[in-house]
Amino acid sequence: MRSGIFTSGTRTTRWVAAGAAMALAGLLAGCGSGGGGADGGTITAYVYGDDAVKVQQAAVDSFNKTSDVKVKLVSVPGTDYVNKLRSSMGSPSAPDVFFNWGGGSIKPYVDSKDLVDLTSTVKKDATLKDGFLPSVMTAGSLDGKIYGVPMRGMQPVMLFYNKTLFAEHKLQVPRTWEDLQKAITTFKAAGITPFALGGSDKWPELMWMEYLLDRIGGPEVFQRIQNGDTDGWGDPAVLRTAQTVRELIDDGAFGKNFHSVDYGNGGAPTLLNKGKAAMHLMGSWEYSTQLGKAPEFARNDLGWTAFPTVAGGVGDPANVVGNPTNYWSVNARTKHKDTAIAFLRTMASKTYAQALVDNGDIPTTSDAASMLSTSPNPEFANDQYQLVQKAPSFTLSWDQALEARYATPLLTEISKLFAGTTTPEKFVEAMKAAE
Amino acid sequence: MPLHTPAKRHGDGRAAVGNVGRPPVGWAVPGILFFAVFAIVPLAIAVYLSFCDWDGLDSPTLTGLDNWTRLFKDSEFGQAAWLSLLLTTISWAFQTPVALLLGVWAAGRQRSRAVLSAIFFIPLLLSTTAIAMLFHALLDPNFGVIKEIGPWIGIDPNVMGSSTGALLVVAFVGGWQFMPFHTLIYQGGARQIPEVLYQAASIDGAGMVRQFFHITLPQLRHTMTTSSVLMIVGSLTYFDTVLIMTKGGPGTDTTILPYLMYRTGFQSYDLGYAAAIATALVVVATSLSLILVRFSGFGSMRSTREGM
Repeated sequence: MRSGIFTSGTRTTRWVAAGAAMALAGLLAGCGSGGGGADGGTITAYVYGDDAVKVQQAAVDSFNKTSDVKVKLVSVPGTDYVNKLRSSMGSPSAPDVFFNWGGGSIKPYVDSKDLVDLTSTVKKDATLKDGFLPSVMTAGSLDGKIYGVPMRGMQPVMLFYNKTLFAEHKLQVPRTWEDLQKAITTFKAAGITPFALGGSDKWPELMWMEYLLDRIGGPEVFQRIQNGDTDGWGDPAVLRTAQTVRELIDDGAFGKNFHSVDYGNGGAPTLLNKGKAAMHLMGSWEYSTQLGKAPEFARNDLGWTAFPTVAGGVGDPANVVGNPTNYWSVNARTKHKDTAIAFLRTMASKTYAQALVDNGDIPTTSDAASMLSTSPNPEFANDQYQLVQKAPSFTLSWDQALEARYATPLLTEISKLFAGTTTPEKFVEAMKAAE
Repeated sequence: MPLHTPAKRHGDGRAAVGNVGRPPVGWAVPGILFFAVFAIVPLAIAVYLSFCDWDGLDSPTLTGLDNWTRLFKDSEFGQAAWLSLLLTTISWAFQTPVALLLGVWAAGRQRSRAVLSAIFFIPLLLSTTAIAMLFHALLDPNFGVIKEIGPWIGIDPNVMGSSTGALLVVAFVGGWQFMPFHTLIYQGGARQIPEVLYQAASIDGAGMVRQFFHITLPQLRHTMTTSSVLMIVGSLTYFDTVLIMTKGGPGTDTTILPYLMYRTGFQSYDLGYAAAIATALVVVATSLSLILVRFSGFGSMRSTREGM
């Protein structure tokens, strides 16, 4: 369900598949330009292939009914997406429009001048300018410039919990750091792991770093790092974040064996739905994951809330981290820029937002609130939408906000910090020194 | 005059033998072409890339020895090299004795041998990915079989979460999969040993253990070299199991060279540096095989049946 770079699955086969897919894409692009003479041409759009593709396909079909230039949607299987996109962007068969995560995921393409700067287009166009939640629009931009238009649902990271366990132990849902400490102590005494954590996948550990740093130092600290200043890792708030992580681990907040628990194969979610763990910090897709694995539990016992405050922190507790949404970006070499932008405008439409809602997603359009009552779970949908709408800042997941060449070492260092093979001080040093 | 005849005949004979034994060079062309396109050329490109900075998007730019100086200073590369060496040693020490004994046993004519041999062979038929996922599920600390039986047999259920444990698991899973292959090699080797040697030994009063150490082992010397070279090169390029089971973790404690190369190349897109790691790996694996072949006397192709 999660349309993230780190979605489960093996990557061993990816390059083989990417090669085959490239050949296919070349073929498709060839057909496109060949048949383009009479009816005005075709543009190709790459999309991350998962359950939500049917929503984009419907949008493409209705767009093609009125447009002279047709859009051709190519669904690339999720695990192959990043590499496929990367290898085709350097080739003549590059897509005209493509799905991405904003931020660092498009940084290399911005650097190689492959993307259309949409800033002035969006500013002049009321539909695009006011159509989406401001925090979502900013989160995907780079150096203050807009390169993408939101096209899928939001995926904020939330604190999920087991309602029954909280009731049994007469605990309040944690809103402050003291609540959190009390919950940890109580659950530990009862032999329950306070927080499920899929440590072997690495990215679930990243979520803890993201929220802790946001609560301790505010979103500005990471913003500085995202803008390319590696000295930003030297901010005292980063060290405190790393130290807090160590304290949580030493206090047994994640239990003893989280290093070998995963998310992808269902390790951590099962801990939560079997009542072996009380809480789980995870992206909003956790709800649909639980609905698939343990429907009874998801409907009756699964609770959700915002990340609590951290004592002495300066960050606004209303801030959110996660994946604001996914974006469409436009290739600078496209022959049909106007068509591409016209297609992007349909993303702000009510019809499209409604289609997302019906698929169980929460659109990031500014008028989505009224549609959420038709969502499969209106309560969850509403809470999630409110959380994001009220958030002064929505920090994009670090592994997607940073370029891959910084994000991969970051994940490694965080994994070492959680495994105890590096200290908070060494973590800061290693990140500052990252090339 | 008659003296010349034998010499001439000898010369003719040699020419005839030469014609029979050596097919024209043309026969090798398809093989050489295939090897060049799929091995030599990519290798040459990798070596070239190791002197470049390349993110896979723009053209590679030459940066001289930058990647190589970085390689020798990189503590992560040092750790990965050490872990690779460790994994290779553990794998060899684990697989060789078991495969040797199984192979020698399977070369015999006992009852039910064929059935058992077929069963032992099964792991080799499964895909590495399937095996890795299977063991991953078995070793899940909360829901895997290990949680139930681990404490009984003295294994911590969190074995995948500890540095040593994770490396041993990787070595074990690799061994479990490839042991049947080496068993097969040893079986073939053991079948080649002439029966007369054992008969002679029996007459001299040598028991089974003595026969094993004084006939079987020395006769299997070349088999052992072949199997060891394959094991060492295999362990050095071992990758899938690490990717699926540990992702190089906990921390970086199972990040062996091939995984480091993959992470650098296909996750960080630092393809120049990844090429340097790959080239280093090729150099190390080739040197190790050459050393092994030289010191075991395998290269000189001396027969184990001299004097027979």
